[in-house]
Amino acid sequence: MSAIRDTAIITQRQLRLLTRVPEVLIFSTIQPVMFVLLFRYVFGGSIDTGQSGGYVQLLMPGIFVQTVAFTLAGTASGLAEDMKKGLIDRFRSLPISQSALVVGRTLGDSLLNIVVLAVMGIAGYAVGWRPSGGLGNVALGFLFLLLFGYALSWVGALVGLSASDARVVQNVSFIVTFPLTFLSNAFAPTTGMPRALQYFAEWNPVSTMVAACRELFGLENQFGATKGSFPSENPLTTSFIYIILIMVIFVPLALRKYKKSSD
Amino acid sequence: MKSVTAEELVKTYDKGKVRALDNLSLDVEEGTVLGVLGPNGAGKTTTVRILSTLLRPDSGRATVAGIDVIKNPEKVREVIGLSGQYAAVDEILTGYDNLVMFGELYHLGKKNAVLRANELLERFSLTEAAKRPIKTYSGGMRRRLDLAASLIVKPKVLFLDEPTTGLDPRGRQEMWGVIQELVKGGVTLLLTTQYLEEADQLADEIAVIDTGKVIARGTSDALKKQVGGERLEVVVDAAHIAETMKIVGAVSGLTPSLDEGIRMISAPVSTGSKALFEVLKSLDDAGIHPLDVGLKRPSLDDVFLSLTGHAAEAKEATS
Repeated sequence: MSAIRDTAIITQRQLRLLTRVPEVLIFSTIQPVMFVLLFRYVFGGSIDTGQSGGYVQLLMPGIFVQTVAFTLAGTASGLAEDMKKGLIDRFRSLPISQSALVVGRTLGDSLLNIVVLAVMGIAGYAVGWRPSGGLGNVALGFLFLLLFGYALSWVGALVGLSASDARVVQNVSFIVTFPLTFLSNAFAPTTGMPRALQYFAEWNPVSTMVAACRELFGLENQFGATKGSFPSENPLTTSFIYIILIMVIFVPLALRKYKKSSD
Repeated sequence: MKSVTAEELVKTYDKGKVRALDNLSLDVEEGTVLGVLGPNGAGKTTTVRILSTLLRPDSGRATVAGIDVIKNPEKVREVIGLSGQYAAVDEILTGYDNLVMFGELYHLGKKNAVLRANELLERFSLTEAAKRPIKTYSGGMRRRLDLAASLIVKPKVLFLDEPTTGLDPRGRQEMWGVIQELVKGGVTLLLTTQYLEEADQLADEIAVIDTGKVIARGTSDALKKQVGGERLEVVVDAAHIAETMKIVGAVSGLTPSLDEGIRMISAPVSTGSKALFEVLKSLDDAGIHPLDVGLKRPSLDDVFLSLTGHAAEAKEATS
């Protein structure tokens, strides 16, 4: 019970930080909104999707997934900063649940995602995004996005706690997330890529997530689904397995790292 | 009764290449202050981290308030307060927010956490700054807030790791005042420091550590006697050297020594500033105007030089 209460207090701290530094919230939403507008108007005109409603229908799921993937960087730099300031030592010397700080941090970062996704959804709607999968499926799609972001937040936790220098963290998270989001079906069809990359892109969790969201948002064109490819034909199942797999691996690793963070 | 005990603690880094603690043993009597004095890299922080459950030693035993640190770390955390070298508080939150958050984490409940936060802010003269983010605080204010955070539930044993390192003289004085108040309240305190003067001001007993071992232990007076007490130093014109030697000798009671090159006469004294006044008065009566005059107290370097044969040069910190 007290573990839940401790976690709730840390999550509250996360949210209070947002009210104290509104810039964080503003910039975490401006960037994805900017991507929506840039991709929609720069590439949208020249990419033929064969989809009614145009490129923006395919683009939005891609940008949603890219945005939640950047949770990794947020959690990583937040924890690295706490560690540098000695705040983690203080928490570890308190008679509280030893996982509260990391769990609270990952939950807080996911709550931030809710706000960011909502703002992006509104921006998308304004430029022509019309999901047609039905309210239940659309809601399920957003739930999936939050889960995926939460799982990646734990990868970020491990990165942040392992880093010797807070400045390195930003770079490491960028190097991890950037290729993952672009070597995927998020912005362009994978069918145009060299065979090896195409293979990677199909199995890339970002692609399966994007495909899963497209399916839930009522789109038919999977933007590069090869016939007979398991991840392309079963994006929901594959994504779900990925989320579970990431959590099973990274939650214990991150918690272990936290408990030994000064060794 | 001993509130803190450490027996033969060993901690190595880099697969045994760096021996941060090398069979370190110490103890702190309940209600007293132990000052752990040593240069950077001597093992002060490592010792505090082990005693406050942040780090596991490779071998050795330690207890805090009778509880085994290695076997029952969660029980130890309930009775200790820790304030580290860096002010470990959330920079973005206000002082008030920080203290309320820590109070809630100590399971005081929202209402009591607020009461306690206000009480501590008042006690550490931070009430005016309570609603400002920590990043606007001065170094001294941050340390005081950090100390306040470690006192939310009255700890049985308090660990302060270099509480004044990096503070300006005024901040240091304020911090000393705050710590002295605490000590009057009867807390058991283990404090690490690089400054002999600080240990002198605050500690009942001092343990000098170097390369992971306790190399000397005793009251401040005992250690100073070991190093030699204060010395009175007077620099005069060459013409007045002989006469000044007599005056200094009379006050000191011992034969003064003379450094002819810089015309400095010096002698050990035991009465501090009183000896200084006496010498100045005698010099004035004799019509001698010293070029320089002063009392030199033994420094950490002197202690180290005399105890280890090497100076307390700043070695790279190991943790």
